[in-house]
Amino acid sequence: MFNILLYAVLVMLSLSILGYVYRLIKGPTIPDRVVALDAIGITLVSITALVSIVMETNAFLDVILLIGILSFIGTAAFSKFLAKGVIFDRDRNS
Amino acid sequence: MRSGDLILQTMSKVVFFIIILFSIHLFFEGHYRPGGGFVGGLMTSGAIILLLLAYDIKTVKKIIPFDFKWLIAVGLFISVVTAGGSLLFNVPFFTHVHDYFNIPLLGKTSLHTAALFDLGVFFVVVGVTLTIIQTIGESE
Repeated sequence: MFNILLYAVLVMLSLSILGYVYRLIKGPTIPDRVVALDAIGITLVSITALVSIVMETNAFLDVILLIGILSFIGTAAFSKFLAKGVIFDRDRNS
Repeated sequence: MRSGDLILQTMSKVVFFIIILFSIHLFFEGHYRPGGGFVGGLMTSGAIILLLLAYDIKTVKKIIPFDFKWLIAVGLFISVVTAGGSLLFNVPFFTHVHDYFNIPLLGKTSLHTAALFDLGVFFVVVGVTLTIIQTIGESE
């Protein structure tokens, strides 16, 4: 019973990733695509958690934190590039 | 002139230490669970990249006041010394040893020379990644 529930939630998350991919391809502006990529990362975190429940292992728990951190850094870098045109500025005060 | 990303700067001050702690955790659990020097080094450089994003290259150079190319040299030196130190004991190159020690506060702990080799990998990965990032970021 619990396994059926897990697979059902996995299917729902895959469908929501499909929705995000639609926004990623169709999205009229670049910020739409960045937000879609960030949401795909968060959904990937929950899919990893569910897969680690299905496979009955706790070896993937580090991957969850890793995807979260990488998705945050990537989104921050994209946002700074869109806002300022550079990712690393040499001197912030000049 | 003040730049406008106050939220990113305040948040990165907190998140930086969480990522550093996570990378140290990844480094030390590498012998028993997924992790190790490579992923730990990448996460440490990720934390410093977050600082570079929130602040600028000049400030980060003031925070970490040495050249990252030295880190590559130090890491390679640690790895070669760990691998070649086994030659002093008449055993083949790269032979690792481990033993159990009673350390105060930690109790019975196994200390392994492979951890020192991993430390070299850690330093090399951090040095290479940040050298690439800084070189690209500074060029016009």
